[in-house]
Amino acid sequence: MDIKSTREGFGKALVELGEKNKNVVALCADLEESMHVADFHKKFPERFVEVGVAEQNMIGVAAGLALSGKIPFAASFAVFSPGRTWDQIRVSVAYSQANVKIVGGHSGITVGADGASHQALEDIGIMRVLPNMIVIVPCDYIEAQKATFAAALHKGPVYLRLGREKVPIITDIKSKFNIGKAEIFKEGKDITIIACGIMVNEALEAAKELEKEEISAEVINCHTIKPLDKKTIVASAKKTGKVITAEEHQINCGLGSAIAELLSEEHPVPIRMIGVKDTFGESGKPEELKKKYGLSSDFLIKTAKEFKK
Amino acid sequence: MHKITDVKKLKLMANTIRQDVIKMLAEAGSGHPAGSLGMSDIIATLYFYEIKHNPENPKWVERDRVILSNGHICPALYSALARSGYFPIEELMTLRKINSRLQGHPHNLSTPGIENSSGPLGQGYSMAVGMALAGKMDKKDYRVYCLSSDGEHNEGQTWEAVMLAAKYHLNNLCVIIDRNNIQISGTSDDVMPLNSLRAKYEAFNWHVIEADGHLIHQIIDAFDEAKTILDKPTVIIAHTIPGKGVSFMERRYEWHGKAPNQDEAEKAINELEIEKGRIEDGY
Repeated sequence: MDIKSTREGFGKALVELGEKNKNVVALCADLEESMHVADFHKKFPERFVEVGVAEQNMIGVAAGLALSGKIPFAASFAVFSPGRTWDQIRVSVAYSQANVKIVGGHSGITVGADGASHQALEDIGIMRVLPNMIVIVPCDYIEAQKATFAAALHKGPVYLRLGREKVPIITDIKSKFNIGKAEIFKEGKDITIIACGIMVNEALEAAKELEKEEISAEVINCHTIKPLDKKTIVASAKKTGKVITAEEHQINCGLGSAIAELLSEEHPVPIRMIGVKDTFGESGKPEELKKKYGLSSDFLIKTAKEFKK
Repeated sequence: MHKITDVKKLKLMANTIRQDVIKMLAEAGSGHPAGSLGMSDIIATLYFYEIKHNPENPKWVERDRVILSNGHICPALYSALARSGYFPIEELMTLRKINSRLQGHPHNLSTPGIENSSGPLGQGYSMAVGMALAGKMDKKDYRVYCLSSDGEHNEGQTWEAVMLAAKYHLNNLCVIIDRNNIQISGTSDDVMPLNSLRAKYEAFNWHVIEADGHLIHQIIDAFDEAKTILDKPTVIIAHTIPGKGVSFMERRYEWHGKAPNQDEAEKAINELEIEKGRIEDGY
């Protein structure tokens, strides 16, 4: 399996978008290499705005560009934006329905060695509470490209969550991607695993192992956390009666919470949430951190087995 | 839109805006009189002399953009918009009420003629920079006018925007600072000293003009001068009196965010009517 990061996918798609649509512009806060917007900068210097280390201004400037007909992609690390730009996003972007695409990179615990200050584990939560906001977490390099194209086509604010690490490419050019439409990656009948981002691959690996134990897990790639695909999720919960959610994020406010909110009203079933449990991360290698903080496939397998009993 | 070039008529328009502000706030029972009254001369000159705009087509692409960054003084802006013809003058009395298009702080989607949402300070300033950048990218000749305040310069975001505007030589951007020396809790010297604003802006590589924010001809000269600057954004530091035109509100920070009651409103309108007579008499 080929491995590449979601940020690379974003950067590639952004250049293609730039070629297709002259209204696409990019902003960055002194992280153009890390965020993979350097190629866009080289190719379209007149449509690239380097704001310096000033994320709050970046979002406001992006809103001003959007209200003037541009389609701005404003990129920084997720801990900085939306981390420190939430108020700007709330008023200048969401309340104003400015057509800004907020791109948060280096999200999650797999940022690794930089440590907790740089590991965004709350960004899904703080974005999904905002009216008018779309929240997308692509699972791999190819899906990140599709998400970038879809974000540009969508008229209105979008938050695109990206990761630093190279991760297995599990989708292909033909895989469907529509904002707000979750995809069933593997059908099953005993347990539903709803995952986003890097946890989709972990869920698929767990499901393979579970088959050996005669547990049939359905795996749903829920790349859009807002708006949720109610139909697909509720139908799967009705079919299996048990749901596990999996995300590289705090369980308090992220995908798991969103699923619990939905199912508690529409079709209550027992839920187990895999994610970071109300704690900060630390420095370490991504694989070590995934193990320590309960984000690896073996943790999913263990949870599913206990849940099945 | 027809331009008013007669200074006397601009003074009368500012007086009208002040009377609207008092009536609106008294009716609403809340709001921010000091800054609204203090900026009335500038707002009148901006809307009726300076900008190119079309109230019948608020989204006209060639229009000059006016960004109110210190959003709380929106009553004065709403008055100027209504008096320009963006919406009926009677609607001014719906300010801050349920189902009104006139929100307590500006909302771009609610009110015709309002370009941006603001309230949290610093945000409009960045949006103005973004709009000026878009103008440069598109090679448009519209100008962007950003109304700001001295209190707003406590915010870090404001200075981030100041740096970026200078970096990109946004000579199509003109910021007007309401330098009234007060903010919510007291004088700006007590809360957060800003002097010298001129030296700060010059150090940030802006073109700086200082003007008396109540002398129409000085405001006009400042706007005219700003248009001659080719390589820098311009800031007009407008020295104003908070609460200008209403004796018991002038220079008192207590009137930053308090509406007049009916008696106070009547007193204020009487004073403004006397002032109107003096303007008509050519004072």
